[in-house]
Amino acid sequence: MTSPMGCDTRTKRGESASAPRPTRFRPLLTLLAALALTLPALATNADELRGTGDLGLIIERAKGSIQLVDTTKRTLLQRVEGLGDTSHAAAVFSRDARYAYVFGRDGGLSKVDLLTGKIVKRVMQSGNSIGGAISQDGRWIAAANYVPGGVKLFDAETLEQVADIPAYSEETKALSRVVGLEDSFNNRFAFSLFDAGEIWIMDISENPRQPKITKFKNIGNQPYDALITGDGRWYVAGLYGEDGVAVLDMWHPERGVKRALPDYGRGEQKLPVYKMPHLETWAVAGNLAFIPGVGRHEVVLVDIGTWEKVGVIPVAGQPVFVMSDPTGRRLWVNFAFPHYDTVQVIDVENRAVMHTMKPGKAVLHMEFTPRGEHIWVSVRDANRVDIYDTATFNKLGELPVDAPSGIFFSSRAHRFGL
Amino acid sequence: MKTHPWLTTLLFCCALPTQADGLPAARQQELTHFVRQECGFCHGLKLTGGLGSSLTAEALKNKPAETLIPAILYGIPGTAMPGWLPYLSEADTRWIVDKLLKGFPE
Repeated sequence: MTSPMGCDTRTKRGESASAPRPTRFRPLLTLLAALALTLPALATNADELRGTGDLGLIIERAKGSIQLVDTTKRTLLQRVEGLGDTSHAAAVFSRDARYAYVFGRDGGLSKVDLLTGKIVKRVMQSGNSIGGAISQDGRWIAAANYVPGGVKLFDAETLEQVADIPAYSEETKALSRVVGLEDSFNNRFAFSLFDAGEIWIMDISENPRQPKITKFKNIGNQPYDALITGDGRWYVAGLYGEDGVAVLDMWHPERGVKRALPDYGRGEQKLPVYKMPHLETWAVAGNLAFIPGVGRHEVVLVDIGTWEKVGVIPVAGQPVFVMSDPTGRRLWVNFAFPHYDTVQVIDVENRAVMHTMKPGKAVLHMEFTPRGEHIWVSVRDANRVDIYDTATFNKLGELPVDAPSGIFFSSRAHRFGL
Repeated sequence: MKTHPWLTTLLFCCALPTQADGLPAARQQELTHFVRQECGFCHGLKLTGGLGSSLTAEALKNKPAETLIPAILYGIPGTAMPGWLPYLSEADTRWIVDKLLKGFPE
């Protein structure tokens, strides 16, 4: 993160020579300025002291690459290639927010230095992966895998594998695909077994090489994604195979998994769902959670005290991401095919759509700047990321990015579940 | 597949995309993008599978077109596979299945 010291001492290109300084430093400053001017424009950021709190990355889903970005200057810094299959790739950040861990669809796990743009470590850890999480203490990376179904744990420093947890279900007598892997407090992770309908807690607080596993069986049919609330307490898995959600209280796992929201889901008619909604970023504002309706053109309001549905807000299509800005006042929503050219903004107080925009075909993801004054929006088929002012909805700029999907800013480093 | 052998032969003989298998080249291009991108959400951009099953030629080699076509058009009950009938015609679907069975184009 940006340290006060980093700000004070950093060399500002082009400004150093003219800034009033003690005379004895002038030759050195002039030399530094001259050096800075000779460097290529996209020289690695490690050349200068700077923080990483305003950096991030954008997945280029078709190219096996990411774009490193600066959210203060609103620019692309550089492309990092060689990340394998980045369709549906996701990233988490190191505790110092300097490194991104990128989980590729093909099982590749890459540690990327945001300052230098270098891949400092890379392992092929499975055949098919869906994402991962970083432990509370920042020392361990967990990856969720479809093939072979399970979770693997890595040393965040070296990417040495320290544990392998096959998701073998005693009920189905088979490995299950793992979804919804989330980090929580006391160095625990929770994840769901899609094929087996189970939720497991993996506790690495005592010995990461021998995680303690707690299994909850028969939690519901086909958990397809999960979220953990920002306080690390509630782990909630969405169920595809039936209506409702499965809720686990990480304060009291001994109380078991409870079912909630019995009328949340596709309902009797089994509506077609053209893209699975994402639950990881369910918006929680006050005591209300706002979640994407499954197969329905609505955002569902849930009271997180009682886990009861308290209302719905009609929207333009099947929601994929429902994201609360950091103030909790507004929600930004994108949609599944065929309404994926649209983004809507919901006013939480009035529980109604207040603004609709059409950035273009295939809005796949959105990310707020750390305090939410801007939002970055991936527009896949336009090969573009748009930047909007969240107060005025004015477009501030756009960046050329090849088939952009997930956008991940380093401010995620210090939050549970992101 | 009900594609006549001569059509297949013609397809292999032509260097440029043609209407040999009943679809305009532009539509073929749209469908290629559609399969890679929209189907790719669940089946993977490389169609190697995710929550959806693998759709590589190898994975589909024992699946007849006659079962794949209705699966795409009407969905598969009890799974997350939706029916795409509102957005794909039967001709579109035949073309997609034909290509999937041969190894889908990039």
